[in-house]
Amino acid sequence: MADVALRPPLVAGHKRLAEVTEDICRPMERWPGLAWWAAFVVAFSMLMLGVTAVTYEIATGIGTWGLNTTVGWAFGITNFVFWIGIGHAGTLISAILFLFRQRWRTGVNRAAEAMTLFAVMCAGIFPVIHLGRPWFAYWIFPYPNFRGSLWMNYRSPLAWDAFAISTYFIISATFWYVGLIPDLATVRDRANPGLRKKIFTILSFGWDGGYKTWNRYEMVYLLLAGLCTPLVVSVHTIVSWDFATAVIPGWHATIFPPYFVAGAIFSGMAMVLTLMIIARKVMGLEAYINKRHLDVMSKLIITTGSIVGLAYLTEFFTAQYGSNRYEQFVFLNRARGPFAWAYWTMVSCNVLTPQILWIRKIRNSWTLVFIITIFVNIGMWFERFVIIVTSLHRDYLPASWADYRPTSVEIATLIGSFGLFFTLFLLFCRVLPVIAIAEIKGVLKHGVQGEAH
Amino acid sequence: MSQFQLLGVFEDESALISAVKAARQQRLRIVEVYTPYAVHGLERVLGLRRSRLSLVCLIAGATGAIVKLWFEFWTMAIDWPVNVGGKPWNSLPAFVPVTFEVMVLFAGLSSVAALLIVAGLWPGKQPKLIHPRVTNDRLALLLEENDAAFDVGRVRRLLEDHGAVEVTERLTGEEVPA
Repeated sequence: MADVALRPPLVAGHKRLAEVTEDICRPMERWPGLAWWAAFVVAFSMLMLGVTAVTYEIATGIGTWGLNTTVGWAFGITNFVFWIGIGHAGTLISAILFLFRQRWRTGVNRAAEAMTLFAVMCAGIFPVIHLGRPWFAYWIFPYPNFRGSLWMNYRSPLAWDAFAISTYFIISATFWYVGLIPDLATVRDRANPGLRKKIFTILSFGWDGGYKTWNRYEMVYLLLAGLCTPLVVSVHTIVSWDFATAVIPGWHATIFPPYFVAGAIFSGMAMVLTLMIIARKVMGLEAYINKRHLDVMSKLIITTGSIVGLAYLTEFFTAQYGSNRYEQFVFLNRARGPFAWAYWTMVSCNVLTPQILWIRKIRNSWTLVFIITIFVNIGMWFERFVIIVTSLHRDYLPASWADYRPTSVEIATLIGSFGLFFTLFLLFCRVLPVIAIAEIKGVLKHGVQGEAH
Repeated sequence: MSQFQLLGVFEDESALISAVKAARQQRLRIVEVYTPYAVHGLERVLGLRRSRLSLVCLIAGATGAIVKLWFEFWTMAIDWPVNVGGKPWNSLPAFVPVTFEVMVLFAGLSSVAALLIVAGLWPGKQPKLIHPRVTNDRLALLLEENDAAFDVGRVRRLLEDHGAVEVTERLTGEEVPA
């Protein structure tokens, strides 16, 4: 029954609304348990490792990375695209599924959006530290200067990227915060007088639940969802143009924008599931994140995973069917060259593994889905690695062919970005409501009415 | 001048909606309804207009797009044209992505700013809660005496008949006991 109803039925009578508030607010009001501290210590240590690596890289120079004149982009840009992709599932859940009136999204919406913000932060670090002189990062934006003014070049996809990522971060953060305001007011009104109440009074903007405000609020929420939907598509499209506008074989393809967007949602959905499967256990939110979420999100993973698989095939076929020898070579080199292990890791993790989710029994198992999402996360990281490194390392001129090995600094930076992501997520779980309280209250009736009819 | 008001407190949305319907039929003045979540359908019962904030979004978005497109053209083709790979000064297609991003940025931020302004919300504002549980599990309907025919006993009965769990009399702007 629980996997058919929107949410398991709650106790009848007036206690229902108060229970929702109680369930979601309680975990953030008590001292965190041992599991949280253990996770936090691990995540924070990873973050510190990353901080050390980045400090060393900035102080010494970009030569601490394994890059060379042939392979000018590798780990850093792989991580950048990987993290941006992770973020996109959050926007899919918060904006696109809102427009499609998918009510199950209310359970995972808040956490997925928070994940978006943290993932974009992780992503934003990589292009900046890749500059070598990160303190000049602001040169990408047009500002009046004493050199003319000499403006940045609006014809460059890298400039588009800077605008796309910044807008994406600002709008996602705004959307997330607007959604939080009523819940912050709920937390404020529960709190006893003191520092906590003061902080939440500032954060909740004097929200009093007036319906005229609710009416306007709903309109703005809808508008933001409508803006976020094309925005999220535009962001990964522009990321794919970083590659597609270059004349590198394996990059110069018109299929890139849809291929990248599908891949982004695929990897992001896997990360949402990875996080939510852990969070529901640790936070005791089993009633709000249930089998139905697991089922629907698994199906989204199959769908996007199959689109990604189709894109791999299309790419490969087009290259072999076309008459460009360099294009043909790059794809054969991906499957059979020195990075074949990475290519086949990508194919098995992204195309083959998710297909077992077709079986309902597997889709219904928290453990098995968790394992599959880990595979997808790994596979999608390798996808970006394969696209970037295999296209570059054997370019047009065999004399300049080169190898690429990541250095310990690069690996430590990658670990550090995971540390940053999990540290922020764990802190978020502690200080803010992880589930949209007001939205859950709005859909409480749906499950119940569905039972009655 | 302070007005006499009656506050009906409800436990679920259907009771509130039926009370609002009855109050509107009796031509009572509804000051405001307070709910812990956005009760769908209530805007129709209350006869609230569709918010015109979408207009702000449209105008701000259009402004952002036009200004940014003009700025890109001005910097690339007029102020300091730079030859990049022989591309034309006015590379209109290449200006589209940034124009789009700035349009979304303007539209989104302006809509939220407009919401905060018209709804009178700002960081640190002290909330005037009509009932201490209105952000948790209570829905409240605030009625105001609008003419001499306003009969307190009758209105109180009306609220209670529609399932009000609590009815309190108050004056405009009166402090609520926490």
